[in-house]
Amino acid sequence: MELSFTQGRWNYERWGGFDTMSSNNAKPPGVELWAVFDVPKEQVDASWKNLTHTLSGIFCASINFLESSSMYSAPDWSFRQASGSLRYGMLPREAVCTENLTPWLKLLPCRDKAGISSLMDRPSIYTSLYYSQRLHLTSIASDLEGLNSGIALEQTLTVVLHPSSQRTGLTHFSQSYLQPSWSLSSIFGRKVNGRCVLAKSSKVYLQLERGLVSQLKKSENYGADYIASEGYDGEANFELSVNPDRVIKEENSRNGISSSLLYEFSVDKYSNSKPFDLGLTWKFPVIWSCQQAPLHASRFLMGSGNERGAIAILLKSTDLNDSSPVANSDMDGCELRVNIFQVVPWYIRVYYHSLQLFVDDQLKAVGAFVEKIHVMPSKDKISPGMMEMVLKLPCGVKSAALTLDFDKGFLHIDEYPPDANQGFDIPSAAIGFPDFHTSMLFPSNESERKSPMLSKFQESSPVLLYTEVLLVPLTTPDFSMPYNVITITCTVFALYFGSLLNVLRQRVGEKERLLKSKAAAKTSRLSDLLSRLSAKLRGRSQEPMQSPSESSPLINSKLALKVLLMAALAVAWQYYFG
Amino acid sequence: MLDRCTMDLHCYSHFLVHSLLKELKGNLIIFFADIISALLIRATGHTLQMAYRQSLNSLDIVDLLKSSDSLSSGDVAALVYLWNPFTIAACVGLSTSPVENLVVILALHGACKGLVPLAAFGWVMATHLSLYPAILITPVILLLGYGPDTPPRKLFLQKGYGKNGDNHSSDNCGQQETNHSKAEVTFSWRPVIHFLFWSSLWSTYVLVLCSISVKPHGSLWEMFQRTYGFILTVEDMSPNIGVLWYFFAEVFDFFRSFFMIVFHLNILFMILPLAIRLKHRPCFLAFIYIAISSMLKSYPSVGDSALYLGLLGLFLDELADMQFSFFLLCGYIGVSLLSPVMHNLWIWRGTGNANFYYATGMAYACLQIILVVESVSAVLNHDRKLRKLSVTKLRDGNS
Repeated sequence: MELSFTQGRWNYERWGGFDTMSSNNAKPPGVELWAVFDVPKEQVDASWKNLTHTLSGIFCASINFLESSSMYSAPDWSFRQASGSLRYGMLPREAVCTENLTPWLKLLPCRDKAGISSLMDRPSIYTSLYYSQRLHLTSIASDLEGLNSGIALEQTLTVVLHPSSQRTGLTHFSQSYLQPSWSLSSIFGRKVNGRCVLAKSSKVYLQLERGLVSQLKKSENYGADYIASEGYDGEANFELSVNPDRVIKEENSRNGISSSLLYEFSVDKYSNSKPFDLGLTWKFPVIWSCQQAPLHASRFLMGSGNERGAIAILLKSTDLNDSSPVANSDMDGCELRVNIFQVVPWYIRVYYHSLQLFVDDQLKAVGAFVEKIHVMPSKDKISPGMMEMVLKLPCGVKSAALTLDFDKGFLHIDEYPPDANQGFDIPSAAIGFPDFHTSMLFPSNESERKSPMLSKFQESSPVLLYTEVLLVPLTTPDFSMPYNVITITCTVFALYFGSLLNVLRQRVGEKERLLKSKAAAKTSRLSDLLSRLSAKLRGRSQEPMQSPSESSPLINSKLALKVLLMAALAVAWQYYFG
Repeated sequence: MLDRCTMDLHCYSHFLVHSLLKELKGNLIIFFADIISALLIRATGHTLQMAYRQSLNSLDIVDLLKSSDSLSSGDVAALVYLWNPFTIAACVGLSTSPVENLVVILALHGACKGLVPLAAFGWVMATHLSLYPAILITPVILLLGYGPDTPPRKLFLQKGYGKNGDNHSSDNCGQQETNHSKAEVTFSWRPVIHFLFWSSLWSTYVLVLCSISVKPHGSLWEMFQRTYGFILTVEDMSPNIGVLWYFFAEVFDFFRSFFMIVFHLNILFMILPLAIRLKHRPCFLAFIYIAISSMLKSYPSVGDSALYLGLLGLFLDELADMQFSFFLLCGYIGVSLLSPVMHNLWIWRGTGNANFYYATGMAYACLQIILVVESVSAVLNHDRKLRKLSVTKLRDGNS
């Protein structure tokens, strides 16, 4: 199971898309929850409901909105390979605040009182460019070392901070890529005062990633070994305030790509009197770029008006395609496989038959480029629309675009959020590249136990990108008018009912009598009123002369009978309810 | 002969208009449905007019009634149906309303002509395609039992009494008997039983076909839930020209089922009073039912209005004295022009409100109510006039 709370969007162009950090830790904005269940297929939905409610209680978030079947979906193969028992739900509009961080910290053994987590200064975290807290639960079968089977909980907090550049004196370049010097105290305002006593290991790693290392090598013309052994001192480009305990160099170096460096700092040696404050000071300005995913993915809406529109996913090639070799080594049938997984809420009715594919700005037949596609169309108020597909694009593709048409739905006034005119969110789509894997191999050291961070880096996971969240405005009814609408509609119905029954009820001759009485009313008003009053008292047959006179006693007796009946009813009412 | 030539000319020009408006790719079925509906309306109109003249002959008041021979109500109705902008809009928009209208008109035509299998087929298909034509079973049975529109039975009974009063002095019992049998318009049960048999046959056929085609995807009950249940429970609240979408978008959830039942009962409740009052005019009764159902149904469209506006032309003789006819014409034109404008303002430009569009929808409903009420009133007045004329004729004959 994985639950992530994210605020902000991972900037794939600036912060990279190919390494472990971005593939594992770049999460879509809002809340994302997925879980694989080990129960029979019929009970998976019930277990999901329980899970969402429990998590909602623990984390003080509205994860319980994910319990209704219109909010979650069951991807088959594109997201994780666990068909049938995987459930995936996302809340793009969920705001993340300290009430969500506090329960997350409570799950740590020392909370935020000791150890590295004491760095969690709320103001500096929540003013970051990107903030993501993640919980990953895995159940482990008993492994070779004889540990008992159990559940492993992995908590990850990812924060992207921009250290203030006013502290540095380096103003050689006015570009924002200039890396300012920083230290833990300057970022967080605190220092690490020692390790948490319950932790088995407490380590801080500083990673110089591949792009930076290659840039440093180019600029300084130092050999790779020099940097690895002693390159942190003296005439190097940068200076660390604390000496690292170990420098680990990544092993899998491909041609043309440098290997990243890890500096390991162990927090054991520090304590209250001697706090740990890692700082990096740049001596010379360096500009580097992070390694990007093979294709850069973005998503946007097309069309205007509140009736229909189109979703477009655009995949643009980045520099990686041009320079690096690809996983499939044969150049003739070289293909780039792209995995696309998208969930759209039911009120955005996507017409999957209108899928169009543009490769290099030309409309192509969809069947030629799609390897596998699985579509579950949405059902109104029951389930969202889900699309999983695998595209096979040629390796040298410059851009590829997918468009889907949709119609906007119309909701009941209770289903609109309080801020209805802002619009509704379509959750992020997940774009994966199954042919590319991010993993960093480090030299295996049997004497030491591997730190979890290193094991994490060594896990091979496919490159994964998340697109933007789309904001779709929907037509709104007038929220201030429920009573008015109900009464006016019912008035129209009453008008129909009453006038039609009236027309059907009219007897033969009544119309003529009415016309005659109107014609006779051309005389004075008062006499007309008097005659009509007397006609009413004695029955309707007063005016016309042709009407038979023997009907008047009959009508009189009818009238008398009606009066008697009403009187009897009134007496009975008074008697029983008075 | 002349009217047939003009009819063909009009059909041809209609064809030309359609082919100019849109390429006939794929809407051939809809287009031919329109043409065949018009031809059937024309045939029904002929039958009705013949029956009307025959009944007037039997009442000896045909010379008193100034009915113009040049105006054939069947032709007029067919032309009104073909050239109605609503019909053209439904055809160009590739809606299935023309096909639904075709089967309704088929049922009416079969019942007027006495072709029981055709009437049963039309009725079963109309109910299958959209639920509301099920109420047309009453006029179809009345048509098969009584025959096409005739003046009320009371007139014939009066004439019978009058004739008996005339002949009481003569000793011709045979003439009396023939007068009796000619005077009483009996309800014949045989065609009705035939109709019930044929409709059950057609409906089992349709159900069998549906269950075969639905089997890989679900059950027949699920099909009914999704089609008839959807119509009855008004699940989708997209704007249309009716009055129910906005109501169900704003109604409180607690009262939703109550109002749903009330609105559908409104259509069902009027079946009985109208049938009692208009049982001697089953074709007109069918027209009124169609008008009411297309006004109060859950998802109306202009194709439904096209049907009853076309059938309106069949009753020209009876509706000649209808009040507010000019007002209704202007109202229809006004609403059909304003309604798309308000829809555009609300949904496409965002400068308008849902209330603008809903107001045009309500004005449209009010216009239809006025049309229904006034046409019923006009037909009842026409019957009263006939009665008065026959009474005066008898009195003149007696004296």
